[in-house]
Amino acid sequence: MTLAALYIGIFVIAWIVTRALRRQRSDFTSLKTVTFGDESAVTPDRVASVLSLLAIFLIWGAFTGSRLTPLHVPGPFKGDLSFTYTATNATGTDDAVVHLLAHDFGATVEPPAVTPGDGFAKDDAGTVAAWRSVLVKPTANDGEAATITAINGQPITPDVPLFIDNARIVLTPKGSLNVEPAKGWQMEPIWLPAPEAVAARLKEIATKGYQNTSLWEHLAASLQRVLAGFALGAIVGIPLGYAMGLSGWFRGWFDPIVEFMRPVPPLALIPLIIIWFGIWETGKITLLFLAALWIMVIAARSGVSGVRLSKIHAAYSLGASKWQILRHVIIPNSLPDIFTGARVAMGVCWGTVVAAELVAAEKGAGMMIIAASKFQLTDIVVMGIILIGVIGYSIDILMRMAETWLVPWKGRG
Amino acid sequence: MTGLIIDALSMRFDLPNGGSVQALQDINLTIQKGELVSVLGPSGCGKTTLLNILAGFLAPTSGKVLLNGHPVTGPHPERGMVFQQGALFEWMNVRRNIDFGPRMKGMGQSDRDRITDHLLATVGLQDFGDKAVYELSGGMQQRVALARCLANDPDVILMDEPLGALDALTREKMQGLVLKLWKETGKTVILITHSVEEALLLGERLIVMAPRPGRIFKEYNLPFAERGVGADLRAVKRSDGFADTREEILTMIWGMEEEIMGRKEGAA
Ligand SMILES: Nc1ncnc2c1ncn2[C@@H]1O[C@H](COP(=O)(O)OP(=O)(O)OP(=O)(O)O)[C@@H](O)[C@H]1O
Ligand SMILES: [Mg+2]
Repeated sequence: MTLAALYIGIFVIAWIVTRALRRQRSDFTSLKTVTFGDESAVTPDRVASVLSLLAIFLIWGAFTGSRLTPLHVPGPFKGDLSFTYTATNATGTDDAVVHLLAHDFGATVEPPAVTPGDGFAKDDAGTVAAWRSVLVKPTANDGEAATITAINGQPITPDVPLFIDNARIVLTPKGSLNVEPAKGWQMEPIWLPAPEAVAARLKEIATKGYQNTSLWEHLAASLQRVLAGFALGAIVGIPLGYAMGLSGWFRGWFDPIVEFMRPVPPLALIPLIIIWFGIWETGKITLLFLAALWIMVIAARSGVSGVRLSKIHAAYSLGASKWQILRHVIIPNSLPDIFTGARVAMGVCWGTVVAAELVAAEKGAGMMIIAASKFQLTDIVVMGIILIGVIGYSIDILMRMAETWLVPWKGRG
Repeated sequence: MTGLIIDALSMRFDLPNGGSVQALQDINLTIQKGELVSVLGPSGCGKTTLLNILAGFLAPTSGKVLLNGHPVTGPHPERGMVFQQGALFEWMNVRRNIDFGPRMKGMGQSDRDRITDHLLATVGLQDFGDKAVYELSGGMQQRVALARCLANDPDVILMDEPLGALDALTREKMQGLVLKLWKETGKTVILITHSVEEALLLGERLIVMAPRPGRIFKEYNLPFAERGVGADLRAVKRSDGFADTREEILTMIWGMEEEIMGRKEGAA
């Protein structure tokens, strides 16, 4: 909730500030056109994209206490957490101090040295890690039958939490104190590591590899599967789609199969694929083949049936034969649709391969994050997710570049 | 014999709901080689159907079409076609579009280049040969379509509202071009249009069709096309008889439209 409000706040502030900064320059151009509602006039504002990434990075850093970001939400309390308690026994009451040191999670520190002090209640010492709590029994060294009745002068009763500066204290019925230092707003590294921790992990894995396999081999394994599955799907799917677009018999025969398989998500096929083809390479490539196949069939089919009748008529009356029409009219006319399909298929294949590797794999991007999650190596998980996203996005950008290069007439017929 | 003979042509479309549309009924027409014929009529009177049969894209229900004594049985490069828009191949540049027909026939590169260069000059696109067709304006695209059709040296050129999507000024220029090409090449041209003015300008013979069933309603022999060759078309429009004929035909078409509307209301 707070996070969503914070994010919306950053969004609005960034917008207003950028607009205010641009005010003077935009006077001329803003007079030129009325573009609201004209979707084609909406181009992504690159400044907004940069700020968006920056905002995510800042929020991530702020909530993980990153050294890279200037602002942080309050972190867990660290330092001296000493408090005074009042012990009562048959002879009366006495005060003593518990010297408690809250330290970084994962660090080992010595408890502070103390002198026992006067009276029957003796001083105690202990340590507690950030985000954790500690159970102390200060009356253990206070002789027989001493019970705690107050903390820092405030009376305490069992099981009712009591707040001192930077900590929450609960007296257990057995007379111990459960001390929990203030957790603050930051995330534990095990939930979300700081950006620099992820970057360090990336550097480490990029140089040393993970589980005896280099990072590049992991990523290449996933990419190879995607390319193999996609290539097979395209090699089978495109001719099949053409046949379905050109022949009523093919259309009738394969329509039920294609329409039935189309809404089945590839992941739902994993169990059956494992039973039939096993869990390893054959199974994975079969899965990706199926994921790409239907998409490519449908793309090729709609590419063929999308050809304008007047183009076919024109080619006929210019003397082209059926094969010439297929080669010079139908196929080029279908390429934009096929490219769109290929883009979708690559995206689906990439998502599917990661999911399939989560189930089982020796190497691969998905295998890396599932293996890391078993050891609660959240930094590797986060790194893996970022790499998967970056690669998926890069694939799409490459496909789009290939598209503008190879089918420049797309959408301009 | 040379020329196009349309003999007792009828076309009926069976509709999926069991009914049928009589798109053409008993069309008889003889068109001499080199004639410029325009066809006019309200929407749905079967103009496109007639042209598609002449091109060989549709087989008539009954009757036949003869070109130079041979029956028309399917599409053939002897009958070229110019469509309204969007029939160019946008994956080929202008040159490749124009020499498509000769290329399909297997003509050699140098012959094709000669034809293409000549046609590019004829339609006024000398400097646009290497452009992509989607980079051209609508009027230029129709010039390419005309050139592409001419590259095949057809006997008959069939045009289905070739200038229908152009703005008034471009349209007038293109009308001049059509007249020029007709006169220079001596080809038989059959041109469908929705514009009465265009039908008068671009028809030595004007055929007015009526709907339901689609039939030839009236025929005119007109002097305006001959006058318009190489002349200012606006002067032709101001010349003797143009305005009168236009009014007469407009009144006739209005009459038809009203008759159709009346019949529809009667049926409802
Ligand atoms: N393939 C078809 N199937 C069924 N009916 C058709 C078919 N083609 C045309 N028709 C019908 O035949 C009639 C004539 O159609 P056509 O397209 O030839 O008219 P048109 O004169 O070219 O009209 P417009 O001026 O609007 O282009 C119309 O009633 C139309 O609905
Ligand atoms: Mg029509």
